[in-house]
Amino acid sequence: MKKRIYLDYSATTPIKKEVLDEMMPYFSELYGNPSSIYSFGREAKKALDFARDRIAKAIGATSKEIFFTGGGSEADNWAIKGIAYANRQKGNHIITTKTEHHAVLHVCQYLEKNGFEVTYLDVDEYGIIDLNQLREAITDKTILITIMFVNNEIGTIQPIKEIGKVAKERGIYFHTDAVQALGNVSIDVKELGVDLMNFSSHKIYGPKGVGAIYIKKGVKLHPLIHGGAQERKRRAGTENVSAIVGFGKAVELAVENLDGHIAHLNKLRDKLIKGIQENIDYVKLNGHPTERHPGNVHVCFEFIEGESLLLSLDMVGIAGSSGSACTSGSLDPSHVLMAIGLTHEIAHGSLRLTVGDFTTEEDIDYVIENLKVIVDRLRQMSPLYERVKGGQ
Amino acid sequence: MYSEKVMDHFVNPRNVGEIEDADGVGQVGNVKCGDIMKMYLKIEDDTIVDVKFKTFGCGSAIATSSIATEMIMGKSVEDAVALTNRAVVEALDGLPSQKVHCSVLAEQAVKAAIYDYAQKSGIVIKGLENFVPTDDHDHHDHEEEDEE
Repeated sequence: MKKRIYLDYSATTPIKKEVLDEMMPYFSELYGNPSSIYSFGREAKKALDFARDRIAKAIGATSKEIFFTGGGSEADNWAIKGIAYANRQKGNHIITTKTEHHAVLHVCQYLEKNGFEVTYLDVDEYGIIDLNQLREAITDKTILITIMFVNNEIGTIQPIKEIGKVAKERGIYFHTDAVQALGNVSIDVKELGVDLMNFSSHKIYGPKGVGAIYIKKGVKLHPLIHGGAQERKRRAGTENVSAIVGFGKAVELAVENLDGHIAHLNKLRDKLIKGIQENIDYVKLNGHPTERHPGNVHVCFEFIEGESLLLSLDMVGIAGSSGSACTSGSLDPSHVLMAIGLTHEIAHGSLRLTVGDFTTEEDIDYVIENLKVIVDRLRQMSPLYERVKGGQ
Repeated sequence: MYSEKVMDHFVNPRNVGEIEDADGVGQVGNVKCGDIMKMYLKIEDDTIVDVKFKTFGCGSAIATSSIATEMIMGKSVEDAVALTNRAVVEALDGLPSQKVHCSVLAEQAVKAAIYDYAQKSGIVIKGLENFVPTDDHDHHDHEEEDEE
């Protein structure tokens, strides 16, 4: 079989065997509806509670503060719309950043069309917000600050604890999308001072279609999905029990192995960055040099375009992603790359490679070797590269 | 997402390169939108005897440039001017709708190179009377796909 190397762990991850093993009985033998009072239902309910406890423990919360959702995007929608509509009498102002995931940005844009005002904070060249700008943006009408923990594209980690302090001082709810953070950085909700934090299972070797949100005790927000008494009347719909069981196990594994996971990823990430920088000219590393996701490599290769790069990598079995316009499905390159001040020309040549638990050193060697050839081939075809060669 | 034909031209692009003593050179597109095509023509007795291209862009930009060079090679200048983006799309067995603009760019690159040749030779070419070379190309002349 053709060699295949998956370097898109920030897009999704394979389910770990231990996770799948725990899930399996809940597809067939333990199929009860957790809302039913008889034994079948109680078994399923017990499994939900067990998963909830595991997740609560992993982030320093109590079980009653954890609610399951149909994924990270639903949780983002719930947190922001839920807070906005429940606190409308207090104000209509929300603060976020220009580099959020679309599940946050598009919700904010939707709320703007419905009477809310949103401030989109700038970020510096590394993707980090300015705490002074945050303080200055707060008004009497501000009801929510929503700032992501770890950026999904460039991997930059925001100063969540400091943002939490600012929010607390001013008595404003603070939500953070921690989809890329869980299992990659240490999380303690109390220490970080967040009011709402959401997660996704499939980014941490769990199943797709399930996520969770931490809602601090006492936080007022409306439900997003009405229609039943599940999740303590806050999120209707029969729970995806097998997926929730898997998610619980995945979280437990992620927290148990956190240090080893980070060390493994850091080693491979740094090897990949070094290999790219030593073998390829005219390349720029994006994101923060140290405050970054342990497995994130995000680079821009000048004079070439991201989609042709991805196609070429795919030809040799390497899976990555890009923020070029051609891959984003719009006319502009990724909003994150624009926000950190890249020109269109540079941003078009972006490549994100994210390593994970199953990545090996040999994989990295293979990628560096192939990347070098591919970038050179595309540059030989590029009219933009002629100028540079001419100058040499 | 791409047809086999597109992938073939992307992986094995025909006529990549430059022609040093080209009779006509045309460049279209801009870096902002992410596609630039540059086409070089060698013309003898009103016939295209050699053509080369260089492209900065996505897979379909490279494939459309490549197949366009094949389609005009050995053709009369007048026939080459008549090359349409539709013909380019058909020759590639179709393009995803959001990539159709690449074929427009390929058509424009051919026209721009022939226009340059006409300018240098002081001649007027039928079909290019109203051609205005520009770095811009309209991304919006095709239906945007619904994202939802």
